[in-house]
Parts: sequence; structure tokens; C-alpha cells
Amino acid sequence: MLAKIVIVGAGPAGIRAAEVLAGAGLQPVVLDEARQPGGQIYRQPPPGAERDAFTLYGSEAGKARNIHAAFGRLGKSVDYRPDTLVWNCSSNALNILHKGRQGIVPYDRLLIATGAFDRVIPFPGWTLPGVFTLGGAQIALKAQGVSIGKRVALIGAGPLLPLVASQYLEAGADVAAVLDVTPFGAKIRALRGMLAVPEYARRGLSLLLKLKKFGVPTAYDVRAIEVTGNWHVDGLKWRDGAGRWHRIACDAVAASFGLKPEMQLADLAGCATYFDEATRQWLPSLQAGGRSSVPDVYLAGDCAAIGGADVAELTGKRAAYSVLRDLGIGFAADELKGIETTLARHTRLRKALDAAYPFPTHLIDAMSDSLTLCRCEGVTVGELRASYVKTSAPDVNRLKAFTRVGMGRCQGRVCGAMAAEILAGQSGASLPDVGRLRGQHPIKPIPMVV
Amino acid sequence: MERLSVDVAIIGGGIVGCAAALALRKAGLTVALLEKGLCGAQASGINAGGVRQQGRHVTELPMTRRAAKLWPRLHETLGEDVEFRQVGHLRLARSEQDVQMLEDYAVTAREHGLYLQLNSGTVTREMFPWVSGKIAGSSLAVEDGHANPRLVTPAYSRAARSHGVHVLEFTPVEHAQWTGSNFEIQAPRLVVKSRHLVNAAGAWAGKFLSFFGESAPLTLRTPNLFVTEPVSYFMTKSIAVCGGAVYFRQVERGNVVLGGGPGWGDLKSERSRNRADTTLGQFARAIELVPELSGLHIIRSWSGLEGDLPDKLPIIGASRTTPNLVHAFGLCGHGFQLGPAIGEILCELIRDGRSQTPIDAFCISRFDAVAHQKMAGAG
Ligand SMILES: Cc1cc2nc3c(=O)[nH]c(=O)nc-3n(C[C@H](O)[C@H](O)[C@H](O)COP(=O)(O)OP(=O)(O)OC[C@H]3O[C@@H](n4cnc5c(N)ncnc54)[C@H](O)[C@@H]3O)c2cc1C
Repeated sequence: MLAKIVIVGAGPAGIRAAEVLAGAGLQPVVLDEARQPGGQIYRQPPPGAERDAFTLYGSEAGKARNIHAAFGRLGKSVDYRPDTLVWNCSSNALNILHKGRQGIVPYDRLLIATGAFDRVIPFPGWTLPGVFTLGGAQIALKAQGVSIGKRVALIGAGPLLPLVASQYLEAGADVAAVLDVTPFGAKIRALRGMLAVPEYARRGLSLLLKLKKFGVPTAYDVRAIEVTGNWHVDGLKWRDGAGRWHRIACDAVAASFGLKPEMQLADLAGCATYFDEATRQWLPSLQAGGRSSVPDVYLAGDCAAIGGADVAELTGKRAAYSVLRDLGIGFAADELKGIETTLARHTRLRKALDAAYPFPTHLIDAMSDSLTLCRCEGVTVGELRASYVKTSAPDVNRLKAFTRVGMGRCQGRVCGAMAAEILAGQSGASLPDVGRLRGQHPIKPIPMVV
Repeated sequence: MERLSVDVAIIGGGIVGCAAALALRKAGLTVALLEKGLCGAQASGINAGGVRQQGRHVTELPMTRRAAKLWPRLHETLGEDVEFRQVGHLRLARSEQDVQMLEDYAVTAREHGLYLQLNSGTVTREMFPWVSGKIAGSSLAVEDGHANPRLVTPAYSRAARSHGVHVLEFTPVEHAQWTGSNFEIQAPRLVVKSRHLVNAAGAWAGKFLSFFGESAPLTLRTPNLFVTEPVSYFMTKSIAVCGGAVYFRQVERGNVVLGGGPGWGDLKSERSRNRADTTLGQFARAIELVPELSGLHIIRSWSGLEGDLPDKLPIIGASRTTPNLVHAFGLCGHGFQLGPAIGEILCELIRDGRSQTPIDAFCISRFDAVAHQKMAGAG
């Protein structure tokens, strides 16, 4: 009997993995929450709202077309199940929800390609209507073809910032400001490393030139941000490196500070994790070929390590080859060799990018007691600090038990890492010691229906 | 190596160990509480928070009555709010047989001072319109309710500490022995010498039986819990049903906590997890009782590690092999409400040699008879 292989995620990683496995005649199951393949980056608009690839994906239109076409070609050689939420993993089976119906998908091998999620750092006004993440702003543009506002300010600490800015400009939006909370000097210093992938460096440069061409006010080393407005965003205040405050009018803000892997499924599958000091976050422990610490579970794309879409295609293929190898199925090794070489260059690029966009700890240090940190449960920074003073909670799970932080709808996806930062700051313990919130199913809310 | 000498050493910082520590210290004894992790991080910290007398076995009624008198003033004892809400506990009957069962139980309960209000199906719906029309009757325990388990036991441990108990967290007891005149209890870098020892190690208590040449048929129980997103507060009573397949309650914040059936757990790795199949199976059972639950979203699930015994009653009382050793474990998934009373009972056992509340039914020797019967049967 054929081994049953299940891929979760139909983004660039999942699609390329499916291609390799289908090519070996294995007919993998591909599960994805979205209605159409492509993942976040190559997300397709819903039927009736189609636009041409260049409008949607700009410089990445060719890649998007390739990915969509590659998946289309697979046809019946994959068992593709869109609109399917995977909400649990245990004993080599996944619990799924499809059109309101519960189901179980067993697997022999599981390839997780669930992508990444914006890293959120709260600042005054972050819960006001009109404030989005950069990823959210991008989805609005791609899926619905709408801008998040008439006059938009973009804030970030990663390569997504200039990308989203250029996409908004291309779409004809009025971009009020592009504020980078990391210093420009860091990028200059990282330039050499970025040349490991010259195409990437070129693309980055052209994005910056585009911002210049459109004359968008751009600032680096932004020290503090504050969104203003009573019921909705009406402006933004920010402080520059020299300590001067600036004020701009806008009706929407998109802000996020790098990406974090969507690792809840890997967590439930039992995959080990470690604290990565460079990016200041927990990542799944990766072994050779995209293998996780669990024998039947493989990781690819951004959920394994943030690398972007090009890397995702490569790690998707690589993980699929590892599956073939572990099943004792032969394949031509040349392509895999090429992949490893390219990935090595991308690893150098990623190091450079991490250095170009260092984690903005100053935004954490600046958090005042009155700031809401967990929006689902309405927990403030001050409540977390006070709870530590009273209880000496040594880790973030204990802090959660006392304060409800991370207990709401998002289950700490948004605020968990920030709660750890506050606890570490208050107690003097290290972030690895403070730990991370334990994963529990359901990964996303599921309805109680019969 | 640190050395500590006290009147009483307690193994386990769950609600049982912490409540005992506070009571003993208030009675003037010196106390060391040894907890391998954090106080109230195991069963006592993650349970369903049900503070319920109704439905308990008749032998537990005196103890549960005693506890019921302590809960309403627990915030005073502990010096902080633990979200105890005396909302009342409603037990539903789905058939005339079940109604009869409720009536019989109410008679027994009354003999112990627990007054249950019996309602017909019509009256139940009149009072609680959110209950399904198919309900045949109900029994309401007005003194019952719920509390926040994440707060109660840590609050106990803080109160114990401020009264002078040596609360030693991250202190796993590795060995314990009776020297003939006192106990010697070993943890990494620590030896505690004590005149008395309390085994309140919850699901792990079996280890401390074997040190003293005792045994009990203790197994692992992992109740399955899950919680919905917050919705406007409508379910003003904690709910259970005859047959006990499902139970649930709504907290003021709006979330509904549901339980019943087995989760998954492992004692060695100290891990536990909700079982998705159990959870999915509970949807229909809960919605059958309260139709408005239909469509609510589940946002989180969990389980925990608890000691279980064949007759679903705890072991509380003196060891049969070792003087000055007292056991209190195996609370079979319903020890949260009892905790405050067990603390006082343990204090009396140690201070006076006997408890004011009858606990004979919980003696460890009751299982010897079973073992003997089995052996006789086999022979
Ligand atoms: C999921 C779940 C739901 C429940 N719901 C309810 C409910 O609604 N109502 C109700 O009344 N009851 C409920 N219960 C039962 C209740 O939680 C328990 O009966 C009660 O908490 C038991 O308290 P304990 O102190 O004996 O155990 P625990 O809280 O488990 O404490 C035992 C302690 O001993 C420590 N320990 C073990 N070995 C060692 C060692 N070698 N050295 C040092 N320390 C050690 C452990 O770390 C632990 O902290 C539920 C239980 C569970 C698991």
C-alpha cells in the first residue's frame, strides 16, 4: 500500500512539495484553509474579483503565475482539499473542519507548510479600528482589491515594509508615511551579506527607489509610535532618533514587526522548539532535509524558518525529497543538490536580513502600564507587571493562569510573545527561561455543532 | 546540603497540601510544604472549578458539607478574591427514572443538611428558560457554585507562606523514610526532618506508598475539558445531568467551560491533553440540555492528571504501616470542592489524632479486603 502523505498548506512550500510527491506517484493530500491555492503571498482573489497577475503581485507576478500553474498541472495526482481547517494533530491523524463538518485525516507522513504570521508589538492606539498588520493590509489588497484606507501609514521592522509600501503605491493608494523602526545603518552594514542572493538585493533596492520616486515620506530608526483617534484612526505620532515628535494625518495604519512561524500544528504534533536569539523568537528545531524532531513530521516554508517565498519553494521540495528518501523511494539527486546550494546562499541572505532589521526592543521598553497587551481578554501591560510582583510567576504559562493573557480567541498567537517580553523585563529572567505558551487544540476556534 | 526540621512535612502543593499547611500552621505547628513544581499547577490549578456538593457519594456528604461552609469565606481566609460564585448547581433529569433518582438522593442529602430543591420539568423551564424543553425535572443546590482554580491554590500557598509555612517550590521529594522517631525526607540539596508526614502528592502519591510498604489500586484519571469564546451571560447555574456524561458552567466573563469523558495524560512526562474525539462527542450531549450552546466556538481545551480509585472515593487517613504518616490523595476528579475541608481534617488528625468529620470510609485498608477477596476467589 502507498504511504499516506498529508501536506498542510498550499502556499509556495506546500505546492512545490506536492509537485515532488505527486511526481513520485504518491498522490499526497493537500489541506488548506483558503478557498484557492497560493498561500498568503500568492493569494488569489475570489471568483468575480479577478485581476491580472501584475496588478496583484507586481514584480513577483511571474512566480505567482508559475506556482498557480504548477499546482493546476498536478490535477488529480494530488488530493487537494481547500476550505479545510486543520485544528488538531494527534496519534498520526489530523482533525479537520470543512464546510462546518468535522473529519479526520490519518497520515503516515505529515508535511507542515503552514507559513508565517505578522509579529505584533502593541503601541498606544494599536487596537483602534483602522489599525492592521502589514500582512492584513496586503491581503486586503490581494484578495479584495481594496486599500485599508484612503491615506495609509505603514510601520514595520522587516522586508515586508517596503514591499507592502510599493504594492500600495502601485495600486494607487495615498501612502502617508513609511516608518521603519530599525536604523538605516543596519541595512548598510548588512548589504554585503544580502549580496549572497544578488537578485534579492536588486529587488530590495528597486523597492526603495520606488518609494523615493513616489516621494513618500520615509523614516528609519523610529523610536516610538502612537496612533491617535477616538473611534477610528485619525493620525499618527512618531518620534525620530533625535527625539523629535512628528505628526501625520491618516485614516489607516498597518504595522507589524517581522514574521513569526505558524507553528501551532507542529507544536501539537510534538515537534521540539528552541529559542532563536537572533530573531528573538521560538522556532521549530530543524534537522537535515527539513525533518522535525518527530520521525514522521517534516517542515517546510516559513513555518520551519522565516525565509520568504523563494526559499519556501525550495524547502518545500527539499522536505518532499526527505519524505521520499525516508520511504525508500529513489529519485534523481541532482535537483536536491542544487537546492541545497541555493539554500545555503539564502541562509546567508537571511542572516543579513535579520541583522538589517534587528528586533526593536526599544518599543517593548517603551510600553507603559496602561497599554493593552492582550486584546482578546483586555489585559494591560501594567496588570502583567503587577501580577509578577504579587505572584513571582516564573514562566509565561503561569502568568497566563493568573491574568488570562493569551486565553482568548487568538490563543496568544498575537500577544503570547509580548507577554513573555513583559515578564522577562519585569523579573529579569531570560526569554528562554520565561518560555512560551503551550499549544492546545483547536488551533483556531471550531463551532459546537451537531 | 540544606537541613530543615519541622513538626510536619507535606509532600505536594495542590489544594490538599496547601490547605493542610495553612491549617496546621494556624494550629501552631511548624510546617514545610514540598512541591516538585509550582503550587497549584497540577490538578488543583487546571480543574473545571466546580464547587459542588450535589451528586456526591453519601460517605462524602459530611466532608462536602464542611467544605461548603468554608468556601463562602475563603476570600477572607486567603486575603484575596478567588472568584468563588455561589450561583447554584442544577442537576437535570432526562427521564422519569432520573427524576426518581433525584428525589431519592434529595432525601439522603437532607439527612446531612444539604437541602436540594426539586423541580418538575415545567418549573425548571419556567425558572431557567434556556434549559431544553425535553428535561423531565431538576434538582437545584443553591449553595453550590464555582471558583477560579487557577487562583485558589496559589492563593492558599501565599497565605501559608505569610503565616510562616516553609513553602518549598521546585523541590521534588525523591525519598522519604521513618527512622523510628521521625521522618527523613530527601529532595535535591535538602533534607527535611519531621515528626509527621502528609502524603498529598495527588496522582503521584503511589510512589510514597511504596516507600512505606503500602499499596493502593491508584490509577490515573484525566478529565477532558474545553471552553468556548465569551458570549453574553445567560446560563445562571452550573449544569450537570443524571448519568453524569457532561457538565458545564458559564463564567461571568461569558466563556462556557465544559467537561466530561476521558482526556489523555502521562504521569512520567507530566503531560496531559484534551482528546478531540471526547470533545466532539460532548457537543451533542451538551446541546441536548441547553440548545443555545449550539454554534458557540470552542477556543481552548485541556486535561490534567488526577489520582483515581476503583470505588471513586479518596484515601484519607492514617497509614497502616507507619506511625505519624497520613495520606490524602486519589480524589477521583472531584477534590477541588473538598480541598478546604480536607486541609482542616488533616490538621485535626495530626494535632488531635482524630477528625471531627467521619472519614472511616476513606481508609486505605478498604482495598485490602478487595485484594483478599480476589485472592480467595482465585484460590
Ligand atoms: C481536568 C480536571 C477537572 C476537574 N474538575 C473538578 C471540579 O470541577 N470540581 C472538583 O471538585 N474537582 C475537580 N477535579 C478534581 C480536583 O482538581 C482534584 O481532586 C484536586 O485538585 C486534587 O488536589 P490534590 O492536592 O490532591 O492534587 P494536585 O493538585 O495534583 O496536587 C498534588 C501535588 O503534588 C505534587 N507532587 C507530586 N509528586 C511530588 C514529589 N515527589 N515531590 C513534591 N511534590 C510532588 C504535584 O506536583 C502536585 O502539585 C478535576 C480534576 C481534573 C484533573
